[in-house]
Amino acid sequence: MRELFENIGKWAGRVVSAAGGMALMLFQAILWLFVPPLKLRNTFRQMEFVGVKSLFVVILTGAFTGAVLALQSYNALKRFGAESLVGPTVALSMARELGPVLTGLMVTGRAGSAMATELGTMRVTEQIDALYTMAVNPVKYLVSPRILSGVLMMPVLAIITDFVGVLGGYFVAVKMLGVNSGVYIGRTVDFVKPQDIFDGLIKASVFGLILSLVACYHGFNTAGGAAGVGEAATKSVVLGSVLILVADYFLTSVMF
Amino acid sequence: MIKIIDLKKYFNSKKVLDGVNLEIEKGKITVIIGRSGEGKSVLIKHIIGLLKPDFGEIFLDGQDITKMTERELNEVHRRFGMLFQGAALFDSMTVGENVAFPLREHTEMPENDLKNIIIEKLRKVGLKNVENMMPADLSGGMKKRVGLARAIAMDPEIVLFDEPTTGLDPVMSDNIATLILDTQRDLKTTYIVITHDIPLTYKIADKIAMLHEGRIVEQGDVDYMKSSPNPILRQFLEGRSEGPIKVL
Repeated sequence: MRELFENIGKWAGRVVSAAGGMALMLFQAILWLFVPPLKLRNTFRQMEFVGVKSLFVVILTGAFTGAVLALQSYNALKRFGAESLVGPTVALSMARELGPVLTGLMVTGRAGSAMATELGTMRVTEQIDALYTMAVNPVKYLVSPRILSGVLMMPVLAIITDFVGVLGGYFVAVKMLGVNSGVYIGRTVDFVKPQDIFDGLIKASVFGLILSLVACYHGFNTAGGAAGVGEAATKSVVLGSVLILVADYFLTSVMF
Repeated sequence: MIKIIDLKKYFNSKKVLDGVNLEIEKGKITVIIGRSGEGKSVLIKHIIGLLKPDFGEIFLDGQDITKMTERELNEVHRRFGMLFQGAALFDSMTVGENVAFPLREHTEMPENDLKNIIIEKLRKVGLKNVENMMPADLSGGMKKRVGLARAIAMDPEIVLFDEPTTGLDPVMSDNIATLILDTQRDLKTTYIVITHDIPLTYKIADKIAMLHEGRIVEQGDVDYMKSSPNPILRQFLEGRSEGPIKVL
């Protein structure tokens, strides 16, 4: 029994320590953003990495999610003779939930793990220490550009996912299941408000912050060689994904 | 130039440094020797401010660096260069970009001047036409030499070397030793080297200090250390497994 409480205590200690470490890292990263010179080159490189290089995977995700959503909702709505609502169902689901959340999860898997691996490798090969010794602050040089690129690029990716998802839904509903094209588009425009899309993009931005911060924190605090780097990547994907889903619940409860 | 007073460091409950006292003279090469795992790297990381001690002080020209803020330490770092054990080259950059990195970060130097400095620093460490190569394409010895070129790129006052010959063959080790001597003589820079390579130590040291069980157990010039009767030092210099140093 004592061992159980000890383990709970240790686990709680680790959670509090990680939460504190991440909060501190975020605070420093934001602070360094306002200290010139700005690391624009680094930031653009990270924006390309997080944004442009994730395009293919989010387009695939969006297209098939929209398609399957149309298929499922058509089968359900047909029972009530409400096939005309397939369009709004797909569009609202994509804009409010699936666009930002699935993009967040995909980018966590692709870019978050890569960030953690890169920073972890830099830590164990003393490249981060080398930055310190050259009077270059590693948080400013490595963390701030990554967090900024996560926050800025995730909404861009999410809106692409939304758009492709609606197209995927349109293709299945109109071309395969025979829903009228005008009805699909008209009902979608009627139901989906700009606020729905905007709130989804805010969510995406928050998810971008979460995934990049978690990845940077775990990469930065890697210890123990190659195994440690692998562990940092795994932790950043698992924790990043879980936090995205938890944050999604709270954001949804506030927004909608 | 650097005065270390009663420096103590614990990792969890393990005592790594147990009251290190050492003076490092300006313009000289001080070599700190000791077995692997004795805390040599920990000591050097304290000197440059990468680690904070649990107790003790490190004075650099009269200023205690253990009490400095991050901003003050950042200024101090501009006076330092460091060659890491694995060279710590940025693997996403070319050799030239690595050498130019501190200059690009801290100066507004035009690209042409920068190129000349890269070529000059690489030439100083015996390398030619490698500016566009990636670190992954270099041998261990070349990496160390590029690391040295980067460490001296800003003409620092103090250069720290963490095991500069580890993992190199004897010929390349001797080459690195010669480069250390040559680059130090040029500018009379203060060099601090930690190593367990005895031939390197004898070749380059103005002063040797031996770290054992978290303390400096003996220090002096090469001749003094060679003739010292200290049994710990004798066992280490002669490379014997029998003696007061216990092999675990």
